[in-house]
Amino acid sequence: MNVWLVMALAGLLTYAIRLSFIAVLEKIAMPAWFRRALRFVPAAVLSAIIVPGLIDRGGIMDFSVRNPQIWSGIIAIAVAWFSRNVLLTIAAGMAALLVLQLLLG
Amino acid sequence: MSPSTRGQEFWGGVRDESPILLGVVPFGLIFGALAISSGLSAAAAQAMSSIVFAGSAQFIAAQLLGADSSGIVILMVVFVVNLRHALYSASVAPHVRALRPGWKMLLAYLLTDEAYAVMITHYNDKGPAQNRHWYALGAGLTLWTSWQVSTAVGIFIGAQIPRGWPLGFVLPITFIALVVPALRDAASVSAAVIAGALGLLAAGLPYKTGIIAAALVGILVGMLVEGRTK
Repeated sequence: MNVWLVMALAGLLTYAIRLSFIAVLEKIAMPAWFRRALRFVPAAVLSAIIVPGLIDRGGIMDFSVRNPQIWSGIIAIAVAWFSRNVLLTIAAGMAALLVLQLLLG
Repeated sequence: MSPSTRGQEFWGGVRDESPILLGVVPFGLIFGALAISSGLSAAAAQAMSSIVFAGSAQFIAAQLLGADSSGIVILMVVFVVNLRHALYSASVAPHVRALRPGWKMLLAYLLTDEAYAVMITHYNDKGPAQNRHWYALGAGLTLWTSWQVSTAVGIFIGAQIPRGWPLGFVLPITFIALVVPALRDAASVSAAVIAGALGLLAAGLPYKTGIIAAALVGILVGMLVEGRTK
């Protein structure tokens, strides 16, 4: 398949996924349990991406205490929990990683 | 509190999305560079950022295109990697129900991880509910613009991005900044912890298929905890 065709179809597919419930909801009513479930979507989906991402170093799962990403992640979680500040959290997580990479080699 | 004007909502969205760019811009730079080194043309790499507009899926698609994988395989991978956005769509849907079709189509296009997390926090806030779609538009456009510009810069500077930069780490840190401040009760903390732990267990599954399963179990646990504490 041509690169541009693949790209156009990939874009359509992604867009259809994002539009799905937004478009359909006009026609159907949402059950109460489904509405309750939706509150947990951001926390659940993003956490399922975060935790493996902290362990994964260039495609290899590194569970050792020398993995600087794990410690930087813990620092970022603590900063986020107490400060509730997005910019401070990202900056602290990145700074921690740069320092720990040097320390843990 | 008096209702917010369109302008106040729009610029509110721009303001709240801005800190996220610290995590998004390096990701866009590296995408641009990686797409070129995978063999995509500059035009195709840039077009992918506006046509597909989904960070993780773009990384995988660019590498697969570079490796001459079959189109069907690439489309299946993009579908699986982006399936989590259906959950975002469901969660935003009740808030945009009354909007005109044009608005719905526009906001659906802008429904990326990083814009969704910011807009849903605002939609779930108490207070006057007028013009919140303008906030969503402000957040979405801020992310869109920075993604296009950082892709372009990445294409341009390409190989000059240091190899040792831990690319995979930018995304989890950005998501921590988005998720953790929104954890306000035992139910949402339980949902996050369970989904995170299961996400790790399922990390061996190809193309992030484990994310959806882990998230669904996390959502279920969140509902159970909520049921017990009420």
